[in-house]
Amino acid sequence: MSDAAIPQAERFKLSMLIYDSRYRSATIQAVVLTLVLAFVFWIVNNAVTNLAALGKPIRFDFLGDTASYDINQKLIEYSSTDSHGRAVLVGLLNTLLVAFMGCVTATVIGVIGGVLRLSNNWLVSRLMVLYVEIFRNVPLLLWIFVCMFTLTALAPQPRAFRGENPEATMKLWDSIAITNRGIYLPEPLFSRSLGNIDIGIFLISVDLLAILAVLGAGIFAARWNSKRANAIQTATGDRPKTLGVNTALIVVPVLALLVILGFHIGKPALAGFNFRGGINMSAPLIALWLGLSLYTGTYIVEAVRSGIQAVNKGQTEAASALGIRPGRTMSLVVLPQAMRIIIPQLISQYLNLTKNSSLAIAIGYMDLVSTLGGVTLNQTGREMECILLLMAIYLTISLLISGGMNWYNERVKLVER
Amino acid sequence: MADLSYVRLEMLPQKEPPRSSVGVQGWMRINLFSSGANTILTIVAAVLVLMILASILPWIFGGVWNASSLSECREIFAERYGNGTEYACWAVIKDRWHQIIFGYYAPDQYWRPVLGFLLILLAFAPVLFPKLPSQMFYITLASIFIYPWLIWGGTIWSPIIAALGVAVGYGVYVLASRALGSLIGLLLGCAAAILWWSAISGALTDALSSTIPASLETMSSLNLAGFVLSITIGIVAIAASLPLAIVLALGRQSDMWIVNKLCTGFIEIIRGVPLITLLFVATVLLNYFLPRGVEFDVILRVMILVTLFTAAYIAEVIRGGLAALPKGQYEAADALGLTYWQAQRLIILPQALKISIPGIVSNFISVFKDTTLVSIVALNDPLGIANNIRANSDWNGIVWELYGFIGLIFWIFCFSMSRYSMWLERRLQTGHH
Amino acid sequence: MKKTVFFGALVGAGLVAGASAAATLDDIKDRGKIHCGVTEGTLGFSARDSEGNHQGFDVDFCRALGAAIFNDSDAVEYIELSSKNRFTALSSGQVDLLYRTTTWTFSRDVDLKTTFVGINYYDGQGFMVPKELGVTSAKELEGATVCIETGTTTELNLADFFRVNGMSYEPLPVGGTTEAKALFEEGACDVYTTDASALAGVRAALKDPAAYIILPEIVSKEPLGPAVRHGDDEWADVVRWVQNALVAAEETGVTSANVAELAKGTDNPEINRMLGSEGSLGAMLGLDADFAVRAIAAVGNYGEIFERNIGENTPIGLARGLNALWTEGGLQYSPPFR
Repeated sequence: MSDAAIPQAERFKLSMLIYDSRYRSATIQAVVLTLVLAFVFWIVNNAVTNLAALGKPIRFDFLGDTASYDINQKLIEYSSTDSHGRAVLVGLLNTLLVAFMGCVTATVIGVIGGVLRLSNNWLVSRLMVLYVEIFRNVPLLLWIFVCMFTLTALAPQPRAFRGENPEATMKLWDSIAITNRGIYLPEPLFSRSLGNIDIGIFLISVDLLAILAVLGAGIFAARWNSKRANAIQTATGDRPKTLGVNTALIVVPVLALLVILGFHIGKPALAGFNFRGGINMSAPLIALWLGLSLYTGTYIVEAVRSGIQAVNKGQTEAASALGIRPGRTMSLVVLPQAMRIIIPQLISQYLNLTKNSSLAIAIGYMDLVSTLGGVTLNQTGREMECILLLMAIYLTISLLISGGMNWYNERVKLVER
Repeated sequence: MADLSYVRLEMLPQKEPPRSSVGVQGWMRINLFSSGANTILTIVAAVLVLMILASILPWIFGGVWNASSLSECREIFAERYGNGTEYACWAVIKDRWHQIIFGYYAPDQYWRPVLGFLLILLAFAPVLFPKLPSQMFYITLASIFIYPWLIWGGTIWSPIIAALGVAVGYGVYVLASRALGSLIGLLLGCAAAILWWSAISGALTDALSSTIPASLETMSSLNLAGFVLSITIGIVAIAASLPLAIVLALGRQSDMWIVNKLCTGFIEIIRGVPLITLLFVATVLLNYFLPRGVEFDVILRVMILVTLFTAAYIAEVIRGGLAALPKGQYEAADALGLTYWQAQRLIILPQALKISIPGIVSNFISVFKDTTLVSIVALNDPLGIANNIRANSDWNGIVWELYGFIGLIFWIFCFSMSRYSMWLERRLQTGHH
Repeated sequence: MKKTVFFGALVGAGLVAGASAAATLDDIKDRGKIHCGVTEGTLGFSARDSEGNHQGFDVDFCRALGAAIFNDSDAVEYIELSSKNRFTALSSGQVDLLYRTTTWTFSRDVDLKTTFVGINYYDGQGFMVPKELGVTSAKELEGATVCIETGTTTELNLADFFRVNGMSYEPLPVGGTTEAKALFEEGACDVYTTDASALAGVRAALKDPAAYIILPEIVSKEPLGPAVRHGDDEWADVVRWVQNALVAAEETGVTSANVAELAKGTDNPEINRMLGSEGSLGAMLGLDADFAVRAIAAVGNYGEIFERNIGENTPIGLARGLNALWTEGGLQYSPPFR
């Protein structure tokens, strides 16, 4: 009996590759890998042959050519004499800008909406249900169009601001102009500016750096002051008042710096066809921003609602037994626990919003898709390079965001005992 | 015992609740005006709602249904209301609703997409409502071949011959696996089916259709537009992506390092890029990836890429379903001595898929909504049709009526599906605990 | 073949043998249909009518080709292309030719490996503004917001024009004509710029056309014409000479009404050679001798096509201008048929 159990030194047979579980997994992987590699090779080979036949071998040097087109909404200096590469950078920054703005407002809408959704006020909670059901069940692209048309149809034209008795007036003491071409906001100006530093790709305002530095120093000093107060408190039991000193430490140097730099507000003013001066948020940017925020907001409302409902009711009851008011119960007891459930969903919504910002091309917001995948592609005829680069950039953004998400998840994970 | 006269011996009769806490008044008190803040909230919300309704309702109900152009609509408004206020010109919907829904089908062919849609509902029924008899799965199988025939037309023999290919493959598999083992049988079966489709089916179809001609009018993909296009892309994507998604999900759960990494890489890459870039690939790049002289229909190319896109998302849903299964299920399958595929087929997947259905339905809703993106690559989905209508000189300047109508139809579809998925989720939950 | 495409694709074998680079004409004859790439919808040039059929100036040239090759002007499949995918669609064989208001430029001709075979419309980029602004010249547009359709040469011309004149502007890029028109009408931009031909059409379709003027400056040359794949000269010849036949027909007074009569033979040898009653020009192209007769009978001569689709009696209301015959001060000119 016992010697039957001793395996004999088997001679390796080819069929063992399939039937012997020791080898099977390796066989399958080898086959799969070969097939996939063959497929990839076939595709790449086809692409290279086809492009060579068209006389367009894959090269990225077109990014250095003059772009020859203009972009209206830009965060860094750009003109039509700059290169395609720089136009792409402008587009990338525009994508990040609208994604960032969208994420912030969608979160605000979502959190407020989620809390209101659970409100014991019947009308308000029904309205929130209505908002969620209407916005999430209609395609985003349609909402973006609707926002764009609402803006251009309802907001006044710049020329309506002209004349003795203009049909439209600027808001907030003549500092904000809402037109159907966009919103013009006042901008900070410095009459004794320190100039800019050119770091090669874009300019950085020295004024901004100086303000940030002074602000940082102020906060640092304030923290030092609080630490000192803590030390005194532990030593003597009396805590010196810190609020006034801290505020002064932070605010006064910044104010002083602003006065030194000659800070004033530049208001937009009507000049020629358009408003000049101020910060311009173009209509497509606003439409895209609104559309993305309202649409993604509905998903965040649901995430917040389910997160809050997932918190054990005993927690609320315990809090009220301790005599904590309902508002504070929400902010101190329920929300912090709900966050663990909400945050991962929130970040995946941020990811979706960033990807959905690519719909900009439908309304003419010059984001990454409209520059790299739109005008640059059309003008240079380099479809392969442009689209692959486009996908690579989006993939990088997505991986960075989801990397951040995983890191956060690890950090807040409930340590189970 | 002490005298307990101070203790009441009989219950007091129940009193009516105070007037202020019952009925409409009570309900309002509790639900709308329970505190100062709540009262303010209620009033603000009510004012907001009334303002929105006051601005929209006259526009909707003051609209005109009978007119042949926007300018005629405007004349009617001027006559009827006498002022410059705009009202809805619903005449455009009356004039063109059939294009928004059916695209460029000839009116006498409208029954085809309608029948196709009903067929699809029937086909999904056994998946969606498990109480139905399992024989209905045969309808599901058949509809895979009948739906494309209804939409694209052509001779009736092509779906039949194509379906026969499945039968041939299965027959070869059964016969060969008895003689040569299941793996070789499977390979032979696939080979036989592919051989059938690539070599035999074309000639056989031509021969049969010339002897017994029975065909529907051929419909070019280029005329596929409107909601028929959206629904077709959505359905093809969901149906074709399901098998791929299962393979990807299993691959991502697999212990085999290479398979795991390949599947993970594929899923993450697809999920990491926006759909619009994949549509660019479909319309602009896909031709470069194929040998010279070989090309697909543009709608087919879009469908392929949307399918890959959907598959990556559904794979994650199914992976969630697989992960949610208790480990005991896997161990029990091992203990019974089932092979990997037997275990998957008999134990794991039926359960994992069942809990994945709500997720799959919500993915379907997303895909359906995302089909509007094809208007950006010059296909005529409802939004593309809306553009065509607006380009026409009769309806130039119409915006809200068209978007309202399209939005409403999308809303009806998506809302009912999401309600269904929520119902299913609740049902599945009670089934599990 | 077509009908089996979908089922074939179910196994991944769904490949249609498309046009190979060498012999487009043979492929077309095998297929029985021409795949003609047109715009998604430019009123007058190519747009779907209320029944969903394609109509327009460019469409008629495709129909003429269908008539010349198959004697059936409906033997054409219209494939709507965006400005982004038009060249890819051509080079990959998805379409046999582009009649898609495509500007003939050096880089497109040379770098993109397309071959332009003629010019069916001489265009130029113009500007339209509301009268209310009081602008009379494009040089007064300093600081204006300009609606442009992206992905076209207009975007580059615009940047060039403003740079050359040292002016600044705010571009508002828009996806298509319909959108651009809506935005312009709502005043989201001061100026609308596109090819002058399209501009006239857009103006005609505005709510109050009289409130807008087209500025006199034409800032670019936009010769629009058919394009085919590089390296297929036989097919290029067919497209070129069918178009030339339509122009030559106008030069020689051949119309859709009298072509059948004239095809029987006339005293004019040029007409006879073109219409096939003398010589064998058709056979040299690989077509029937009466290819031009069929084309003209189907759609009329160049002038008729122009008047029917974009002429002064249509909503587009374009004057012949540069597109008049060379004998009438225009640029349309056909090389001789001999």
